Amino acid sequence: MADLSTNDEAVAAALDTPVRRGEPILQVRNLKKHFPLTQGILFKKQVGAVKAVDGVSFDLYQGETLGIVGESGCGKSTVAKLLMNLERATAGEVFYKGQDITKLSGRALKAVRRNIQMVFQDPYTSLNPRMTVGDIIGETFDIHPEVAPKGERRRKVQDLLDVVGLNPEYINRYPHQFSGGQRQRIGIARGLALNPEIIICDEPVSALDVSVQAQVINLMEKLQDEFNLSYVFIAHDLSIVRHISDRVGVMYLGKLAEIGTDEEIYEHPTHPYTQALLSAVPVPDPQARADRDRIILTGDVPSPANPPSGCRFRTRCWKAQDKCATEQPVLAVPERFRGQKTLAAHESACHFAEERDVVHAG
Amino acid sequence: MSTINKNATVPAPREGGHTGPLLEVKDLHVEFHTRDGVAKAVNGVNYSVDAGETLAVLGESGSGKSVTAQAIMGILDMPPGKIPQGEILFRGEDMLKMSDEERRKIRGRKIAMIFQDALSSLNPVLSVGYQLGEMFRVHQGLSKKDAKTRAIELMDKVKIPAAKARVSDYPHQFSGGMRQRIMIAMALALEPELIIADEPTTALDVTVQAQVMDLLAELQREYNMGLILITHDLGVVADVADKIAVMYAGRIVEQAPVHELYARPAHPYTRGLLDSIPRLDQKGQELYAIKGLPPNLLKVPTGCAFNPRCPKATDLCRTDIPALVPVTEQDGSDLPGRKSACHFWKETIHG
Repeated sequence: MADLSTNDEAVAAALDTPVRRGEPILQVRNLKKHFPLTQGILFKKQVGAVKAVDGVSFDLYQGETLGIVGESGCGKSTVAKLLMNLERATAGEVFYKGQDITKLSGRALKAVRRNIQMVFQDPYTSLNPRMTVGDIIGETFDIHPEVAPKGERRRKVQDLLDVVGLNPEYINRYPHQFSGGQRQRIGIARGLALNPEIIICDEPVSALDVSVQAQVINLMEKLQDEFNLSYVFIAHDLSIVRHISDRVGVMYLGKLAEIGTDEEIYEHPTHPYTQALLSAVPVPDPQARADRDRIILTGDVPSPANPPSGCRFRTRCWKAQDKCATEQPVLAVPERFRGQKTLAAHESACHFAEERDVVHAG
Repeated sequence: MSTINKNATVPAPREGGHTGPLLEVKDLHVEFHTRDGVAKAVNGVNYSVDAGETLAVLGESGSGKSVTAQAIMGILDMPPGKIPQGEILFRGEDMLKMSDEERRKIRGRKIAMIFQDALSSLNPVLSVGYQLGEMFRVHQGLSKKDAKTRAIELMDKVKIPAAKARVSDYPHQFSGGMRQRIMIAMALALEPELIIADEPTTALDVTVQAQVMDLLAELQREYNMGLILITHDLGVVADVADKIAVMYAGRIVEQAPVHELYARPAHPYTRGLLDSIPRLDQKGQELYAIKGLPPNLLKVPTGCAFNPRCPKATDLCRTDIPALVPVTEQDGSDLPGRKSACHFWKETIHG
C-alpha cells in the first residue's frame, strides 16, 4: 500500500474522463463471491462455501438500463453489493472506467463510490428513523464535501426533493411521516445527491403498491434521461424489468443463464430456465388463461453451497441429458445460431439452446 | 407416493338443506378505535362465494381486504377492532351472532385460512407434523399416533417429497414454497368448505408461485371448496379467479366476472390499476400512474373515496358517495354479476 497516493492520482485522473453514450462504463469479469461455511467455535475451520456469485461477466453501457432477474437466492443482490464494493469479491474484476474497483481501497474507493450509488429495496428500513429527510440526504455531502459547499447544502437538498417530486418544505420531516412511495423517492434523492453516473437499484419497487410502483418507475425513467444515468436494475418482477430495461440478464444459482436485449430475452428466449421463468409469470389477461404455454418447474432451487455438477439448472430442467451433468455450459452465443441474423443469436448458457416463445404462445 | 388418488369419491355436498351461497357478507362494517380517532377500515362490504367458486378480492394495502377476511374468520383483534353493523352468513347463519363456542366449531372445520407469511405463521419450536396433527387432535380427538399418520397423508397430498421422513422436521428446514404447502395442508386438514387465502403467494418466487397456485386450484376442484383469494396481483387473479371484487378504502368499487373486468373495467380505479402494470408481452412507453396516494383511513375523502386521484372527478364525486349499482350493456340489457360504484360508470365502460 506504499504507492497509495500515486495510485489515487491515477484513479482520480481516470475517473474524470467522460464515457460516451453506448460505450461500456462498467465491465464485470468472472466475478465471484464465496461466503465461507465454518465449523467449530474456537478453532474455526472452513468446511465449504456458499457460492453466492460464481463467475458472472457482463458489461454495462453508458446511458442504458441493465436488468438482472432471478429467483431469491440466485445471487443478484450479492452482485449489487460487489459492484459497490460493499462486499469484497473472492475473485474476478469490476472495471469502472478501466479501474478495477475490487482492488481499490481508501480514498480511491471513496472517489469511485461517489459515481456509483445505490437505491435499496425496503424504503421502511433503509432510512434512519431518527434523522430528518434533510439530514439523510445531506449526510452524503458530509462524506463528500467537495460536491457542495457547506452554505449551499440545504438549498441543494431542497432542489433534490423537488427533482424527485417531493415538496421541498418537507426537509425537516422524519421518514415515518411519509408513505412508502414517498420514502422510496427520498432514497432515490439520496442516490442522486452526488451526481453519480451509475445507480444500482436493488428491488426498488417491490415493496410498493401497484399504483405507486408505476409512479416510481416513471420517475426513475425521467431521471435517467435528465441526468444521463446508467442503471443496473435488479428485480424479481419480470414485467417491470422488461418495461425499464434495455438489456436483461437472467441469473440462476450464482451464474448468468442468459443475457441479451429485452426483445431477445422476452421474445426469443433460448435458455430453458428463462423460458420457465417467463411462462410462470401470471399475465393479467384472463383470455390467455387456457391456451398459455406454461412450464411448471418441479422442486426448489438447489443449495448454492453444493451446486449440481455441470449445468446448474439440470436438476430442474426437462431437457437435461448426460452431457449437462458433466460439462458446464459457457455463456456464449449458441453454435446453432452463430452468425445468423436472428434475435435468438444472443448469449445463452445451455448445451441444447433452442428458441421457444412462451410469452406469446397460444 | 405423492400422487393424488383421482378415483377417490368426491365428498358429497355436505349436511344442511341450505340453498344459496356458501358464504355471504352483507353490509359489513369494521372500524378501529385508535388514539388518533376512528379508522373505518371496512365500510359496507357485500360479497358472496358459492361452493367450488373462486372469488378474488383485489386491492392495495389499506383497502380493507384482509380485515374483511379476518372478520369472517373471527380473528379480528377486538378491541381495538369493532364490527358496528353487518352480517356474515355461512350457509344462511349469521356468524356474528354465534357464541364463541359455535364459531370455534366452524373455524378450521368449515372455514380455514391460509396466511401470507408461512414462516411467521408456523410455530418455529414445534415440528410441522405436530402442528399439522394438532388439527386432528383438537377437532377430532385423535391420538398422537393417529394424528401423525394423518399429518403424513396431508403432506403427501400437498406433494411434499419424502413426507414420512420430513414429518418431524421444523419449519426452518423447509423452503418458502414447501412451507406454504404446509400452510395449505393445515388449512385442508379438516376438509373445509371454504378457504380464505390471504396473499398466499406474495412472498414466493414466480416459479414456486405457479406450483402453489396450481396445487391450490387442483385441491379446490377435488374438494369442491369455495375459495376467497385476497391479493394485489392482477396477474394471479387473471389466472385463477371466477369473479373479482375490487376494494378501495374499505368499499367494493367494482364487482365483475373475471373476463369482463379485464376487458371492460367499469370503474376508473380498476382501469387505472390495469393501465399501471407493466406487461410481459409488450413494451409500452410511459406507464400510466394513478396520481396521489391511497387515502388515510382516519379521514377518508368525502363523496367517492377515489375522487382526489380520479381523472374524471366532478363536484358530484366530491359530495355524494356513489352506491354499488348494477352495470348494464349500452342498450340496457343485463350484464350478470357486474356492479360498479362510480357515478360515471356508463362513460367508463362504454365511453
